This record gives sequence, C-alpha cells and structure tokens, in this order.
Amino acid sequence: MLRDITLGQYYQTDSVIHKLDPRVKLIATVCFIVSLFIVKSWVGYVVAAVFLAVSIKLSQVPFKYMVKGMKAIVFILLITVVFNLFLTPGEVLVSVWKIRITKEGLQMAVTMAVRLSFLIVGSSIMTLTTTPNSLTDAMEKLMKPLRIFKVPVHEVAMMMSIALRFIPILLEETDKIMKAQIARGADFESGNLIKKAKAMVPLLVPLFISAFRRANDLAMAMEARCYRGGEHRTKMKPLKYAGRDRIAYGVLAAYFAGCIAIGICL
Amino acid sequence: MSIILDHVNYIYGSDTSLAVHALKDINLVIPDGQFIGLIGHTGSGKSTLVQHLNGLIKPTGGTIYFKGEDIHAQDYDKKKLRSKVGLVFQYPEHQLFEIDVFSDVCFGPRNLGLSRQETELRAYAALKQVGLEDDYFYQSPFDLSGGQKRRVAIAGVLAMKPDILVLDEPTAGLDPKGRDEILDQIAKLKEETGITVILVSHSMEDVARYVERIIVMNQGAVMFDDIPREVFKHYRELEEVGLAAPQVTYIMQALSRKGMPVKTDVTTIGEAKEEILRALRCGS
Amino acid sequence: MGIIRTDRLVFEYIRRDEEGNVEGITRAVDEVDLDVQQGEFIAILGHNGSGKSTLAKHINAILYPTEGSVWVDGMNTRDDKDLWNIRQEAGMVFQNPDNQIIGQVVEEDVGFGPENMGVPTEEIWERVEESLKAVGMYKYRKFSPNKLSGGQKQRVSIAGVIAMHPKCIILDEPTAMLDPNGRKEVVRAVRALNDVEGITVLLITHYMEEIIHADKVFVMDKGKIAMQGTPREIFSQVERLKQLRLDVPQVTLLAHELQKSGIDLPAGILTVEELSQALEHVQEYRR
Repeated sequence: MLRDITLGQYYQTDSVIHKLDPRVKLIATVCFIVSLFIVKSWVGYVVAAVFLAVSIKLSQVPFKYMVKGMKAIVFILLITVVFNLFLTPGEVLVSVWKIRITKEGLQMAVTMAVRLSFLIVGSSIMTLTTTPNSLTDAMEKLMKPLRIFKVPVHEVAMMMSIALRFIPILLEETDKIMKAQIARGADFESGNLIKKAKAMVPLLVPLFISAFRRANDLAMAMEARCYRGGEHRTKMKPLKYAGRDRIAYGVLAAYFAGCIAIGICL
Repeated sequence: MSIILDHVNYIYGSDTSLAVHALKDINLVIPDGQFIGLIGHTGSGKSTLVQHLNGLIKPTGGTIYFKGEDIHAQDYDKKKLRSKVGLVFQYPEHQLFEIDVFSDVCFGPRNLGLSRQETELRAYAALKQVGLEDDYFYQSPFDLSGGQKRRVAIAGVLAMKPDILVLDEPTAGLDPKGRDEILDQIAKLKEETGITVILVSHSMEDVARYVERIIVMNQGAVMFDDIPREVFKHYRELEEVGLAAPQVTYIMQALSRKGMPVKTDVTTIGEAKEEILRALRCGS
Repeated sequence: MGIIRTDRLVFEYIRRDEEGNVEGITRAVDEVDLDVQQGEFIAILGHNGSGKSTLAKHINAILYPTEGSVWVDGMNTRDDKDLWNIRQEAGMVFQNPDNQIIGQVVEEDVGFGPENMGVPTEEIWERVEESLKAVGMYKYRKFSPNKLSGGQKQRVSIAGVIAMHPKCIILDEPTAMLDPNGRKEVVRAVRALNDVEGITVLLITHYMEEIIHADKVFVMDKGKIAMQGTPREIFSQVERLKQLRLDVPQVTLLAHELQKSGIDLPAGILTVEELSQALEHVQEYRR
C-alpha cells in the first residue's frame, strides 16, 4: 500500500547526468530554481525550457516515468493555479456570478504553473539520477564551511542517510502492525476524524516502540564498528571532480549568466 | 467443512513488470478440529497463504469459502470472519500497545462490540488458556519476558474466541524451553477446546510431534499435503527445496541402509526408540 | 595470555519501577572466568536471560564490568585509550539483521567500519572486496540490503566486521531470527572464517546443532558458567542440559534414551553417522 509512492525515486541507468558529481547536480538544481524566479519574460522561460529539455534528454530517464511520479503534486499545482486565477485583482476578462477572472490573474496563473512545474521537473531530475546516499555526501561536502559556525554537518548527513535506509523497513513494519491489528478487529477506515485518530493508537504505539528499539540496536552496532563521529574518518567513495563536471559547471554558468541578462534586459 | 480454498492465486504487483506469482492454484480443504502444520521456507508463500484465510489479502484469482460462504462476496461481514479465524502474526509481541496486559487482551473482544463484562470474561479466560499467572495481568506488557509477551499476544487473539487459530511461526526467536512451552500450551488448548489449529513453521521437528496433517509449501504451490509419516517419506525432495525431515527420519534411513530391520517411517524419538529396541531384540 | 580473558567478571544493573525507585539489583553476569586462545572456536550456550549476551557486550567494551575485568589481546576494556583498538580487534555481530546494517548498498555497509577507522580509500576497497568474498556475498555488492534474505544480511554484517581486520569476532545469536537455510549459511560462513582465516570465534546461540564443531563450549545459567567442555562432553549430559532449559539434537537424545533402556552406546553421540555405526556394533556384538 504505502510502498507505491515513487516521487522522484532513483532511476538506474548509465547516463551522463547520472555520472556527474552529485555536487554539480545539487548546485545546478539550486541555480535552475533561482533562474526561474529571475526571468520574467517568455524568452526566459523558453531558455529555461530548452535547458530542462536537454537535461531530461541527457538523463535518459523516460519522460513517462518522470511524470508518473509527479501525480501526487498535480493537486498542489492545481490549487495554486486556481487561487491565482480567481483571486488576483485587476482588469476583468470574464465574470460569472461572483467569480471573476482577471487579465493579471490569468498571467499570474500561467506563470506560476510554468514555474512550479519546471521547478518540480528540475528537482526530480536530480533525485532521479542521484542516489540518496551520494546526495547526502554532496550536502555534507558543500556545507562543510558551516562547521565553523558549529553546525553539525556530518551528523546531519549521517542522520539523513540512516533515515533513508530505514524508511522502507518502517513502512513494511507499519503495514504488518496494521494487518495484525485488523486481524484483532481494529478498524482504521470508518468513523469521524476523532474516532480515526483514536484508532491510530494501536498502530502508532508499537511503531514508535519498534523505532526506538531499532535506533538503540543501530547505535550499538555503529559503536561496535568504531563509529565516533566525523573526525578521523576516511571515505570509501570520496567525491572527486572529473572533466565532465568542469564542463557541466561551464554550461551551468553560461545558462545562469544568460538568465540574469534576460532578467535585467527584458 | 470449515475453510475451502478453490483455485486460489495471488500475484503481487500485477500491474508492474515486477509481478510475483506468490500463490499458484491453491486448493485446500480445512475441516473443523484439525491440527495442521503448514511448512515452507521463507518466501514459499506460507505467510501470504494464511493472510488469505481471514481476508487480509484478497486473492487475484479463485475463491475462499468459510462455512460455505464466499468471504469476498459483497455483503460478507469481514470483521466477523476475522473474529472466527484468529491470526497470530510472526513476532506478535510487537503489536502490544496497551498500558497493561489485561487491557491489551481486551482490545480484540472490545472491537467486536461485546459488553464490558463479556470482554473481560473472555480476556481473563484467554490469559488463563495461555497459562499466564494472575500476577502479571496488571503489569505493563513491555516489562514481561519474551516468552510471556508472546503468550499475551496469543491471548489477545484467543479472546476473540476463534473457531480457527492460525499461528505464524509462534516460536521464532524463543529458546528451546520457551519454544516447547508455547507449543505444549497450544497443543493443550487444541485438546481442551477442539478448535482448528494451523501452525506455520519452517521446522519439521517442531511440528512433527503435534500435528496430524502437514501441508508443505514451495514456491507458492502446495508440494505435499498428507499425514506426517507420509510427508517425511519424501525426505530427499524436502531437502532439495531447503527443508529437512526430522533427524529421526535420517537415523532410521541410515540404520535401514546398514541392514537393520527397522521401519523408516517413524516421526518421533519415542517411536524411533521402540523401533530400534524391537529390531535389536529380533536380531539377537 | 589468551586473546580474550575475563577475570571474575560481574555485571549488575539496577531495576527501577515506573516512578524510578530502586526495586532491586540484578546480577546479569556472576563471576565469570574465561580464557580464550587465539584461533579457537568457542560456543556460548544458554537460554534467554542467562546472561550470555551481556557477557558478549563486555568483550567489545559496550558494557563495562561492575566488578572484575576483561582483557582483549592484553588490553583492559576499562582503559579509555584502548577503546577503539579493542572495538577493532574484537568485532561484533548482533541478532537482528535489519538493525545493524547502516549502508544503503552492501559494499558501502562493509566499508563503514574501515571508514570509521580512517583506512585510506584504496585499501577500503581492497578490504571490502576480500571480506565480501570471504562470506560469499561478493556478487551482491551493489544490492540494497532490503533486497537480501535474512541469512544474506547476516553474512553482510559479518563481512562488515571482517573488513576491520579483527583478531576475534563475537556473534551474539546471529541465527536466532533466521530460517534453517539462513542458519546454515551463517554457520558455514563463520566456520570458514575460523578455519581459513584463523579468526577467533565466539558464537553465542541456543541452537545446539550449531556448536558441534566448536573447540570448546560454555553453558551459561543465571549469569554463571554452569558447564564447560568439548561439545561431546557437554552433549553427554542430556539431563543436565534439559535442566538448563536447553535441548539436544534428536540423534543425541535418541542415543540417550536407548542407553537408558540398557543399550550399550558411547556417551555424547553427535551425528547420525556415529549413532548408526554404534548401533551396528551393538547388533554385531549381540549376534
């Protein structure tokens, strides 16, 4: 049941984008998102669209697969569009009963739809082509300077990667406990909100207990294997830039500079 | 005829490319009052099968009848079915959640909408059936030992007064004594109440002592379904699928090969002993 | 001096009720003396709650003795400066296969220990390869642990410990949650480590059939060592084992029952082959 959520989950192939250093992909994603908010003209969106299309093509992830994982977000997208469409004041285009559609509203709705869908597709390219593990590695490395300000960068990254490892296990466990309680006559579906919330107790208590037990076991196992934080630690898979990463940075810089230029001039 | 499975098939993720045929054309009749061992290694489909018995999983093909009625018919009362077919999951102590043992056991009967008095009577009776002493009734279930927790969890299902009790690996993770205690308790319960018991296990030795019928699952299909001594005759085939007959079977086979006139189809130590003593007397 | 030595090891913990008041003190390990030589295969048996896991956790310096002391390769576990050396030399594998794998890919998990020790990158890769090969999991190196069976996960955990190049490895009920196939896989891997690599093994279990190849067996009960000896010496005391909430393999039990009925059999029969040969002799003798 719960395992069907596949939002931007890693898609295994061997494309150029897959081979890029995760730091490049992380920075590129941030730059791309920022660029969407810098440009304000259709020329800018066309440039962004071309950049996106080329990235998708290079990533070799089937477009269909990408869209399938986005179904959950379509709802949010629709709400944003509807709000912008009906609630922006300005020059009235159509008016039915109390609902008015304005010219500004229409513009705003289209812009928001384009921005949001680009943003989602853009960031899903990153998650589709990068394993969660290398993504946490990239974050750890990129945020290293923050250590000066006593931000526990290594610990946060370690926590993220452990969470990622245990999510499928805990989902499976939720499924199992749920079934076991249903077998004892529990009802998770009917009733009003309060009744439903109450019905979750037999699910949540065992789940928390199990999560704590696992955390305890894991901490012990990590200590037994000489884990003592980020100090003195070496990496099995250290991040190293290759030629293609430098080229990617070049392309990215050109794109970003272009977007700024478009943003200022048009 | 209590439960009938008629051409039951189950395919996981049938709409994806990763479809797994977990159950393949299962036809079984489970009459009232039998003590059955369901054996198979991990991934043989035995856990999937038992979840079909109380309607937790809907077969992708075929029909399951409980007391003559199709359990997936439109107006069939699933909740009632689940009270009649009690399913104890693997590591059932992981579902305990109440503040004390007694309240936890009350959870099942309360869900059936029984009166408070009836609920408590049943909870008390169930805890007695699993042999838990009164001292523990108002303790937190999390303070009990592993074996005790498991009894409480089994009582939680028994309190629903099922006609059929299905236990998925009830002895997993227990030590030998704990294992024997739980199995003896189940056997006693079976004798006293006459309910149908289905014991899911991957150990032939554990179930051989208790059950009257063994169903062996392999790769989603029923491989053997017979009385224990007949099933163990196929010890070579069982080995091929990663199961083994009880060690006594091997002993008797070895003795027979060495020319000792023993019957090879014994299933327990007691029988083996008598058989060897008889053979030695004859020989001397 | 042996690789692992405990001297009158005592471990006590305080039991508290819900309000945090002291209810009493439980002695989980009670004056245990162990002396394990390099290269030995040691089995520790005992029912649940006999103190065997608590004892094991002392050897890896996860727990510290209340009284007495523990030495690993001459280092006292109480000495903070040796902590990481002790944990590296005495690797530990736990019961639940899901709760000790840290990496999201098999090879990354095996590399976790060496990473923590600060081993250079290239050498980590060498160690990961040789460790995975030692437990026969090399072809699964790119797999997600979630896709493996219980026995395979435990073998990955063992590889994760071997990659740290320990002198001894302590396995705390590694097979308790596995099915018979998984159990066989793990025991085979452990025996290979001991035979081929010469690593000292301390196997904690309550499955009797797993210990018949051990050099020495300790049986624990109520925190004390109740019995010790070779597997044959241990198995010849069927009644005593039953008292200690343990059981014996069916073949040993059958031999014991036959002995009680007056058949002259040697004590401590461990395998089907031994029993059938012994009975053959009895039969010939009677003729």
